[in-house]
Amino acid sequence: MLDSVEIAYETWGEMSPRKDNVVIICHALTGDQFVASDNPITGRPAWWPRMVGPGKPIDTDRFFVVATNVLGGCMGSTGPASIRSNGSVWGAEFPHITIADMVRAQIALIDQLGVEDVFLALGGSIGGMQVLQWTVQARNRVFAAIPIASAGRQSAQNIGFYEVGRQAIMADPNWREGAYLAEGRRPDRGLAVARMAAHITYVSEAALKRKFDRRLQDRQSVGFGFDADFQIESYLRHQGQSFVDRFDANSYLYITRAMDYFDLAADHGGVLANAFRGLSTRFCVFSFSSDWHYTPEESRDLVRALNAAGCETSYVSIETDKGHDAFLLEEPDFEAAVTGFVDAAAEARGLPPRMPRS
Amino acid sequence: MTGTARPSTARRADHLAISRHIRPGELVLDVGCGDGQLMELLQQDRGARTRGLEVEQTGVNRCVAKGLAVVQGDADRDLPVYPDDAFDAAILSKTIQEMARPKFVLGELSRIARRVIVSFRNYGHWRVRASLLTSGRIPALGANRAWWSDGARRPCTARDMAELAEEVGLSLTAITAASGATGDRRSLTRFNWTAEELVFVLERGERLAALKSASAGPLLTGK
Repeated sequence: MLDSVEIAYETWGEMSPRKDNVVIICHALTGDQFVASDNPITGRPAWWPRMVGPGKPIDTDRFFVVATNVLGGCMGSTGPASIRSNGSVWGAEFPHITIADMVRAQIALIDQLGVEDVFLALGGSIGGMQVLQWTVQARNRVFAAIPIASAGRQSAQNIGFYEVGRQAIMADPNWREGAYLAEGRRPDRGLAVARMAAHITYVSEAALKRKFDRRLQDRQSVGFGFDADFQIESYLRHQGQSFVDRFDANSYLYITRAMDYFDLAADHGGVLANAFRGLSTRFCVFSFSSDWHYTPEESRDLVRALNAAGCETSYVSIETDKGHDAFLLEEPDFEAAVTGFVDAAAEARGLPPRMPRS
Repeated sequence: MTGTARPSTARRADHLAISRHIRPGELVLDVGCGDGQLMELLQQDRGARTRGLEVEQTGVNRCVAKGLAVVQGDADRDLPVYPDDAFDAAILSKTIQEMARPKFVLGELSRIARRVIVSFRNYGHWRVRASLLTSGRIPALGANRAWWSDGARRPCTARDMAELAEEVGLSLTAITAASGATGDRRSLTRFNWTAEELVFVLERGERLAALKSASAGPLLTGK
């Protein structure tokens, strides 16, 4: 049990006097609270500048945007790398957490800010899971919700992929049963392999073919060795290496496990629709045609459940070859649909309209 | 966004005919809503609350970008999840003749909405009959194109449609031609001869409601 938690968060825009313009953004597995401004700790740029900012679909001139680092994360919120009350690092003795715990921490933050109702919650991937959990847990305190490239439950395929990643981390001799920080070590090799395996699921075969195909890396012919002959190998190695500099291996274990345990239907008598019955929240669900991490079919199941529950629901399936990561990339149809949904919701909520920009 | 917005003045005759049968503030499902023109019309003119279902992605994208609540999905497959009596009215505007399973779709709509409003091309029109009789060809209805490019995938007459409705337990309570002429079940023969496009208002009969409650009884109380 955690006696208390710290939740790191960032905000953009101004809260309206009626506190009715609050937007919650839930980040994905390896994301953070730096949605719309550069991360001062890692130096990495904002991860969703296309979506959030002045004049953007989530317009910070109109909305008060709040993004937290999830419970269990490693960007300031309480997680396995935090110091416990006895002065030692939690490590693998950190209690297991769920998506519901992450959302409970976010709701506590909103309560502390004196906000009764959230105008909008949105996020992709595990962020979308949190959005769904928000609507259920903060019942009818969320006016509109946008779960993107997500699902009402973690699929067997995804549990499988993340188990590969966890095993890679735990097989690294530097993991030390999770006590690596206390011993001044880091399971970088394992964490890099975990990231490499996961990264493949974030992109589509079509995109890999377009970007790399079988092209070789800085050489004319294959080397018959285990160097990175192919560009795709070099790319994945780079992805793995740059990841270990900014992410804690135990956080990766705990957060992926929380995703595995996510099953909204199981929490509601095995019927997903039961989770949403009686909700006044309006939903807009997005999926991407080439996403094989969280497939359009999983989003469609979610939409069927929302319709069965009688919720006001929109569902847009975006045609793209960019795979799961498409929600972070340039997708004009996606952005136009988000804008339309958000503006209509704002109007229904009685919020002032979008300011025309020159 | 793809494509360009169409001027709102280009209102389809069948849309206007349909809107006359929607009462203010009703919750309406438009099946095969395209780019949402009818939904906008119903919101503006009738103050209706609208939901849409559309199989084509470009149509859905345009609808959601306009702020309409539309789900990308297939009526032939996705209707069973909707709860009973979820809507005041369900609309099939010029879509039923394109469906793979029209009877199934109409049956599902009669379950989830109290009223079903259907607009369709009437192949019982005298010109169709005359053309078949004299030249052996089906003339194009509405647009001046060949049967294989513009005709309904499942051509039917007003009488055919009325019979299908009866089969799924719906009774024909009002008929409006795209021209604006109105009538009821007794004017079916006349409309079947004279109207190229028709709007049917179909309502669940008491008989069906009675059947439903009778069949639900034993399920609820039986062992």
